[in-house]
Amino acid sequence: MTFAIEVNNLVKRFAKVTAVDGVDLRIPHGICFGLLGPNGAGKTTTIEIIEGINAPCSGSVSILGEPASPKLYERLGIQFQQTALPDHLTVQETLNMFAALYQHTMPMAELIAICELQPLLTNDARRLSGGQRQRLLLALALINDPDIVFLDEPTTGLDPNARRLFWSLIERVKAKGRTIVLTTHYMEEAQSLCDEIAIMQTGKIIAQGAPFDLLKQHFDGVLVRIPLTELPAELPLDYQRHADYIEIATTDVSQVLSTLMAQKVNLAGLQVVTPTLEDLFIKLTGAGLNDD
Amino acid sequence: MIKSFYAVFAARNREFLRDRGSLMWNIVFPVMLIAGFAVAFGRDVPSFQIGVLSQLDAYANPPAVMSMSNVAKVYYNTELEAVELLRRHQLDLVVDLDQRKYWVNEESYDSEMLETLLVLQDPTYRRSPVVGEPIRYVDWVIPGVLSMNIMFASLFGVGYALVRYRKNGVLKRLRATPIKPLAFIAAHMASRLLIVICVCSVLLVGAKLTIDVQILGSLWLLLLIAILGGLSLISLSIAMIARVRSEEFASGLINLTSWPMMLLSGVWFPLSSAPDWLTNLSYLLPLSHMVEAARAVMTEGASIERIYWHLVILAIMTVCFMLYSAKFFTWDSDHR
Repeated sequence: MTFAIEVNNLVKRFAKVTAVDGVDLRIPHGICFGLLGPNGAGKTTTIEIIEGINAPCSGSVSILGEPASPKLYERLGIQFQQTALPDHLTVQETLNMFAALYQHTMPMAELIAICELQPLLTNDARRLSGGQRQRLLLALALINDPDIVFLDEPTTGLDPNARRLFWSLIERVKAKGRTIVLTTHYMEEAQSLCDEIAIMQTGKIIAQGAPFDLLKQHFDGVLVRIPLTELPAELPLDYQRHADYIEIATTDVSQVLSTLMAQKVNLAGLQVVTPTLEDLFIKLTGAGLNDD
Repeated sequence: MIKSFYAVFAARNREFLRDRGSLMWNIVFPVMLIAGFAVAFGRDVPSFQIGVLSQLDAYANPPAVMSMSNVAKVYYNTELEAVELLRRHQLDLVVDLDQRKYWVNEESYDSEMLETLLVLQDPTYRRSPVVGEPIRYVDWVIPGVLSMNIMFASLFGVGYALVRYRKNGVLKRLRATPIKPLAFIAAHMASRLLIVICVCSVLLVGAKLTIDVQILGSLWLLLLIAILGGLSLISLSIAMIARVRSEEFASGLINLTSWPMMLLSGVWFPLSSAPDWLTNLSYLLPLSHMVEAARAVMTEGASIERIYWHLVILAIMTVCFMLYSAKFFTWDSDHR
């Protein structure tokens, strides 16, 4: 099987930190791949090495069968986490300028439709709202109709509506069969968009696979949560303690409930939930994904 | 390559035209300067300068008039050069100590006054009269002011913008496209050069219409000087900020370069009476060559044969600065 992206034993050290510490990735064609992790986990460094923007200290990267190079940029679409655009240009002029940099481009009308930019075309690109700006940056990443699209935290800082709109745009790109590599620290985003994920922590990948498979692998059944205020002194069950509740992982909810009732626990505040990627992350790292 | 060059070129031009503040500054500042000079120095320079021709020890036994405290002596190797300056009222008298001979400009009051003093003391000096219209200071200074304007617009316009683009990530974003670095840099250079030449032309036409500035030489030659001068300063600017990431540092660096250049390149006062080391130092600066060439063309009607060596030096400087930039230029804000 050939992969869209193959990364072998990537290492990147800065003065005092090892930002990327032996990362291996195999990303198949046509999937949406999510690289997850807290701030400072090494996601951006990893993705920028794959893009050829940064050089690794050791390890190798192959994109579409070759190392990243300026020539390959004809076939890649890249949206950085932080970027500015040339000043004093309208949205349409910005699109035109970037379109002129590529030999092959997506038809302008289609691009504008996918990213819902029609009403913004004559606006000054610096005066867009957060969500509008991200849509323009997505359009710039898609302008050459790329085989692979890299999106580095594209929805960070957006309000929930803008974020959901952005997700629907990414679904459209997925529907065109493009390979997408996405970094995010929103679990919900990864769960909704990604076919496969890798979780990074302090430069290492600590889990990798399809979201559903990972959850099945790490959780058996469901999670029962009880507020700390209702907790009896003794509880003959395995549980994990959180800030204001305890969590019991089980395949047999009725068994757990009868044990709790036998201990005279008030069940009014009790919750039964199916595990999410966020739960997985907490389980694996012992920290919330958004905790720095 | 051509398509991407033109895309960046056009974007930069739009940026300049839409940035009202910068546009105003680029045009209003030199207009104010020239207007100020026209008012303040509409007349010729109020000082005495005597050109001296001598193969022997020049200090052996000069006439007393040459030792007066408000008379500056400037040494020349050729009679032709010194007499031409006398004709243009840039020298007030030329004296050949070896042959006991002097030249006087009969249309200059100052020249005739110095003659009177010279002959009074030593009547054996032989007289050679020349005639020539005086050159106004404003005519003399405008080539310098225009060159200086090209310098400021080139150094700040390109260097500062590139540092801003490097810092805010525009350069990084463009690097993730297939555009060739050469096309990108060339587009920035071409855009700035076009702007600089346009502004300079407007100023020159304005100076012609309002104060009838003297332009004796070819306008095409002036254009060539402006292009080569502009290119050398733009490439100097790119070389200086090749690795700079902070706008404040870039601003300091460009100021540190432009101010000494303005003072040492003969923009405001002639360097002919300055010490040799200063004159030699000034030839290391591209602005000196641009000022000297433009001034020779405008006030003396010099042809390309007389000033080509300035143009050659400007071209060599441009190539050196570009080679340096090609080696050290960085796109990233963090040098990774």
